[in-house]
Amino acid sequence: MHTHSSPDQHRPWLFRYAVVVALATLGLVCIGGLVTSKGVGMAVPDWPTSFGYNMFALPISMWMTGGVFHEHTHRVWASGVGLLVVFLTRWTAGHDARKLLARVGAVEIAAGLLLMRVNPLWKGEAHFLLGIGGVVLAAAAVGWKNAPASRLSVRLAWAAFWLVQIQGSLGGLRVVLDSWAIGGTTGGVVFGMIHGCLGQVFFVLVSCLAMSLSRGYPRWIRDIGSSARFAGSSWVFLGTCLVFGQLLLGLWMRHQHAGLAIPDLPLAYGQWWPRTDPESLLRYASRREGIDAITALQIHMHLFHRINAVLAVSAIAMAFRASRRVPAGMPLRVLGTAWMHLVLVQFALGLFTVITDRAADVATAHVAVGSLTLALGSWFSWAVRAQQATRNAGVSESLPESGLPQSSAVG
Amino acid sequence: MNNTLKFAASVAALAAASTFGGEITGKIKLNGEAPPAKEITPIKGDKFCGALHTKPVMTRTYVVGADKGLANVAVYIKAGLPAGKTYSAPATKPVIDQVGCVYEPLVTVAMVGQTVDIKNSDAFMHNVNCQSKVNKGFNFAQTTQGQVNPKVFEKSETAIKLICNVHPWMAGYLHVFDHPFFAVSDKDGNFAIKGDLPDGKYTVEANHIKAGTVSGDIEVKGGKATLNLELAVK
Repeated sequence: MHTHSSPDQHRPWLFRYAVVVALATLGLVCIGGLVTSKGVGMAVPDWPTSFGYNMFALPISMWMTGGVFHEHTHRVWASGVGLLVVFLTRWTAGHDARKLLARVGAVEIAAGLLLMRVNPLWKGEAHFLLGIGGVVLAAAAVGWKNAPASRLSVRLAWAAFWLVQIQGSLGGLRVVLDSWAIGGTTGGVVFGMIHGCLGQVFFVLVSCLAMSLSRGYPRWIRDIGSSARFAGSSWVFLGTCLVFGQLLLGLWMRHQHAGLAIPDLPLAYGQWWPRTDPESLLRYASRREGIDAITALQIHMHLFHRINAVLAVSAIAMAFRASRRVPAGMPLRVLGTAWMHLVLVQFALGLFTVITDRAADVATAHVAVGSLTLALGSWFSWAVRAQQATRNAGVSESLPESGLPQSSAVG
Repeated sequence: MNNTLKFAASVAALAAASTFGGEITGKIKLNGEAPPAKEITPIKGDKFCGALHTKPVMTRTYVVGADKGLANVAVYIKAGLPAGKTYSAPATKPVIDQVGCVYEPLVTVAMVGQTVDIKNSDAFMHNVNCQSKVNKGFNFAQTTQGQVNPKVFEKSETAIKLICNVHPWMAGYLHVFDHPFFAVSDKDGNFAIKGDLPDGKYTVEANHIKAGTVSGDIEVKGGKATLNLELAVK
């Protein structure tokens, strides 16, 4: 049994690898956003096969056709991220991770074989399980006797390990159950929204893991712990919650095609709060190209998205103001400044999304910067929480290994 | 003898009218100024689809012809048919074609149990994603030129949307009825519902994908009736 490394024991290559995984995840969020923005999520009707082909054997000519390019690239990229995360878990959790990895891999392979026996029609799903089970077993087979990283990093790595598999399955269910009726909507919408939401959470998780493995992290935690009490904690937590709520509202709008339920700015159909009686809704729909109706719910959700955007920017501005009282160069000040700049970029992208008639690239940039804003808010909350924990424990006492109370590991 | 002949002629005329002569004709007009069609710009950006067109491809939300006649309106008997009477599906097969990265025709009508042929005339792939709310939806790929997939719809349903996610601007609409008395208005808004329609009073409905529905009552006499309806821009 290996003991956990001290946070001070930096592993540059593991950190670099974790950064690559985080960047690959951000890329995946962008491609996923593009798939929804362009409405091509069902361009490949089957899963985990693609037009009946093994996903990795799809002819290039088919891959390069219209929306298939975005959807299939999303699938292949996601498989790559899954592979990277499994080996990141093995590397971060050390030699001791092999036993659990072997068990998980064996169970997944057994489940795949069982699925094939129960119903040959589930061959594709069985192959998916066999595939990920095989990758997990391969990671377990790596005999390198490395010690695990810090306890916090290991926990984050295992969380990413489980989440990436759930996320992959949800992406598949979004395709397979697309036309299923679920509570007045379809499986495609429900699973698409959960898939989109978990994608954001997964990016936050992987970015936190990368940060916990960085060389500067232990000093960063010490600097935060020794600096004067940060006065804007509540604003940081509130801002992060509002950003997360904003992402959920945005997800709902994107999957309900309500992004342009209100096409004008800053007013809505010329009013601060537009009428939503049936006659008004018909009048709004007449301005829109295409036949899709506009519902009162779509308009209200769009309005909430706008109102919440103002609230989120305001909360972050208050956190930024508090961070200006922290000495220059200190982590909390850097975080406050970066977060403020990022949310302003995000706000501008939101405006451009409406102005450009929801151009796919602008809408996707809005999703990507939204992910970064959430990640930065999560780091900021993490830092503030770490400071509170340190101060509660007494500055003179040594920091806990992770620099954090165990319950707040994910921020 | 003369009376016998007159009687026979009357019976024959009546039989001809009720067996062969059913036809409701008319015109659908659009009230109001339709917004101008817009160019479907993504077609130009697609290397396969763009190569198939020399002129801009325009949206077909409102296609207005001579004398404000509105095209692509499904017109059908809404009420008045004998209760409990069932009709057998025609042997003809309407074709929904994907050609030049657009659906042709935009609006198709068919009967429950009638085979609808969904075709890909393009030399590259489309997928057909049927977003039915009453019938069973489906989504399949048509990878080869000329591929035809026959589909049968089990329940009546209006405005079933068919989309292609490979080329997300592509959409077509299908109306399915449990009787054979339906038609689609032509480029000038004219329509003709033909079939074995007995004399009597009926309600006819017109359904446009954007302008919605409007209905009118008619009386078919001697197998003939005329009805003009007006839809407003919405």
